This record gives sequence, C-alpha cells and structure tokens, in this order.
Amino acid sequence: MEKKTPLYDLHLELGGKIVPFAGYLLPVQYQTGVIKEHMAVRTACGLFDVSHMGEILIKGPDALSNLQRFLTNDFADMDIGRVRYSPICNEKGGIVDDLIVYKFAQDEYFLVVNAANKDKDYAWFTQHAKGDVQIIDLSDHYAQLALQGPKAKDILSKLTDADKLPTKYYSFVRDLDVSGVPCLVSRTGYTGELGYELYCAPDKVVQLAKALLEAGADEGLIPCGLGARDTLRLEAGMPLYGHEMSDEITPFEVGLDFFVKMDKDDFIGKQALQDLGEPQRVRVGLVLTDRGIAREESDVYHEGRKVGVTTSGTLLPYTNKASAMALVQKDIAQADTEVEIDVRGRRLKAKVVDLPFYKRT
Amino acid sequence: MNIPKNLKYAATHEWLQVDGDKVTIGITDFAQKELGDLVFINLPNVDDEVAVDEAFADVESVKAVSDIISPINGVIYEVNEALMDAPELINEDAYAAWIVKVKDVTGLENLLDADQYADLISKEG
Repeated sequence: MEKKTPLYDLHLELGGKIVPFAGYLLPVQYQTGVIKEHMAVRTACGLFDVSHMGEILIKGPDALSNLQRFLTNDFADMDIGRVRYSPICNEKGGIVDDLIVYKFAQDEYFLVVNAANKDKDYAWFTQHAKGDVQIIDLSDHYAQLALQGPKAKDILSKLTDADKLPTKYYSFVRDLDVSGVPCLVSRTGYTGELGYELYCAPDKVVQLAKALLEAGADEGLIPCGLGARDTLRLEAGMPLYGHEMSDEITPFEVGLDFFVKMDKDDFIGKQALQDLGEPQRVRVGLVLTDRGIAREESDVYHEGRKVGVTTSGTLLPYTNKASAMALVQKDIAQADTEVEIDVRGRRLKAKVVDLPFYKRT
Repeated sequence: MNIPKNLKYAATHEWLQVDGDKVTIGITDFAQKELGDLVFINLPNVDDEVAVDEAFADVESVKAVSDIISPINGVIYEVNEALMDAPELINEDAYAAWIVKVKDVTGLENLLDADQYADLISKEG
C-alpha cells in the first residue's frame, strides 16, 4: 500500500496524474505535460513535491566519526550551514545510496536520502554505528518542496526576508519564515537550475505550496511532476540511484571521483576501491544521430562488439535531442566516438558526448 | 472525453474510419492523454501488410514507448509522414492526425462503436 504525501489532495486538485513511486503516490505530471513542465524550470520556475525523500538525523559526540566512516566524502572541514553531497559505499565499493548532508552543529548532521533506499540506509547506518551516536529516522516529520528555475529567488523573495535566503550553492538557513511557515531552506536541487529546497512540518506544507504557487503565478511558476524531475536531472547529467548507480556500481565508474576522498581515514568500501584500481567502465553521455529514442537497459555497440549498456534515456526537452547515459568500456568513452544502440532490435547510431547535456549559463 | 460517433474503435485504443474496404487508423484522444507528450513515431511503409493484433507502428512519449496495434487485416496504401517531424499533432487533435490508410481490409467484425468504447474506457480510466 503506497503512502500519500501531505500534498496528495492538492495534486488531484491541480490535475496531477498520480502514479506509485518509491512507495508513494505522486504526480508524474500535471495537465500541462512533461515537456512544458521541463521548459518552465529552464525558463521560469517549477514547484515539485519531494516529500517522499527520506530524512535521517545523526547526532552525538561520535556523529562526525561515524559519518566519516559511512560516507566517501570528507566532512571534517565542513562548516555549519553548508550542504555536502556523498555516495555511501558497501564493503565491495558498490554504491548503497547517494545523499546530501546538512551540518546543523558540530555533533549534528541531517541526511537526505532517496525514498526507495531510506529503510536500507537507516538499517545500514544503525548496523555500522560505533560509539556514542544517535541515528533517528525523521522522514515522517518533514515534508519537502523543490522550487527550481531562474525565477526561484524572485518568487521566494515575495514570501520571506530575501536578505536571509541562502546565497551560496549548497548552503542553507534554518527556521526561515516563508509565508508564515517555518522552513529549512537550502540552495540545492536536482534540475541543473538555480533553485531552493524547502523543508517544513507536514501539516504546513499545503499552505506553503499554495502560497508559492500564488506568488509565482505571474512569473510563470507551475507545478511539476516526477516526469520532468527525471528529464531535468538527466539533461543536467546527474546520476540517479537505480539507474546510473547500484550496489554493483562504484562511484569511480559513475565519475563521482570528486566525492570520494581516498586520502581521508578509513571509510566503508575504501579498501575495495583501492584494490579495484582504475575503473574499466565509465559513465558517458550519448546523443543519437539516427531518428529514434533510446531508453535504459539498451546494449551499446562499437564496431560490432558490445561495449556497454544505457542506464537512462529519453528525448531531452530543452536540448531537443534524443540522449542517454550509459556505462561503457573506457576505451570508447572519448567524446565523438561513434557507437550504435540496440533499440528493440534496431541499431541506432549515436555518438559519445561530454556530460552534462545542458549547463546553465 | 472526445469519442466521435462516426468512428469505430478497438479495445487497444485505435480509432478507425471505415469507407467500404478502405480504413483510416489513428489513436484515440484517450490514448494520447494516457501517453502524454509524444516526441517520436516509428511509422511503417506503404505496401506493408497489417494483421489483427499485430503492432504496425510505435509512438514514444518522454516517458515510454507504446506499440500501435492493428485491429484489422489489410495493406497500407498511405502513411501520414507529417507525423515524423511533428508527432505532437496527435496530442493536438488525435482524430485529425491519422497514422495510416489501409486497403483490402478484412476483419472489421469485432470493432467497437463509440458507446461501447466509452464504456470500456470508463472502466479503465
């Protein structure tokens, strides 16, 4: 039985087409459709219900040492008020999940994880915890909205003290009053645009969403569903767990080297990653040169031999090109390499391109 | 829901305009709404044969690919090539954006009329 987010009734009222996703009933799109929703985020602004995301608090005198062991990124030099991305690895170097970490205090960290992995992550942390640390699943205590697009700041400024909004990418403020609702607001997102994510109490989120939609109507703000969330992150070259990442894929294969600090003290998976050395397959972008669309799990060929498999793919609305991400052997990962993708029995020509497909100017 | 009375329908959400032993086929308004924004169509060729319950084309939305199933037997004599560059015409007006025209048609017996089709989608929708 799927859960409803607190915004479920509002989604129906707004004409959302509801689908089950990661244990929740969420809108895949509204009446406007995926393409218009995608374009709204690139050119104006979109509002997403991301209340399904999991929130886990780690606190106590040994919070930092546990975090350092659980995660591949380094949190030792992090300032309070900042956000940092990291994969979680298993002992084999595969990815358990990816997440963002908010530093609340020297001994208190707020972790935002993928909805589908929340229970797995919580069990993983609890099982591997050492010393004096508390690990608390707060997922039912937070609703979350993502306000994404070039107009996001203008819209939010109508509802709050604009001078208090976080300015740096990957920073946040707590207890900001947004239209009467106390929120944690961060300069984060999953779309490749300027934007914010707002966390608040579940019983306040309908009020907050309505206030944002009303304040943003003149700026072109529209509600957006999971469909646009997926095409936006793909166009921005961002990997998604279950597609580009899994228990069997290492962060180096995905190109997340920057978020794996091999020079810090031991973390789970470090030894395996050392032993594995340079990855033999890597994540690349592919753009189709033949007519057609490649989806995930299509085989990729180069000069007749199979060299990899696609992990996500669609027609990207803003670049207007059929594109895919794929894990391929590193010898064909050079930009402009010509490959073929098997799309339901047809071999479609494509070429390797540098990621991302789209970068905000 | 837009379901013109003068057309015939298939349970797989195609519409058919029957003119003697010639038939024009498209997908219904219900189908285009379910599929969402269409971004690509893979069309058959003139002279291709179609057969009952076999796919003769596919349409792709941003999210997924769907086969278009032939409700009849026959031979394609015209293909709406305008859809190649503008599959969104189907979203704009599903009953104007025909996909193929078929001649020498047989197998028309099991089609639904507008009321039967309305009944069917009221159960699905």
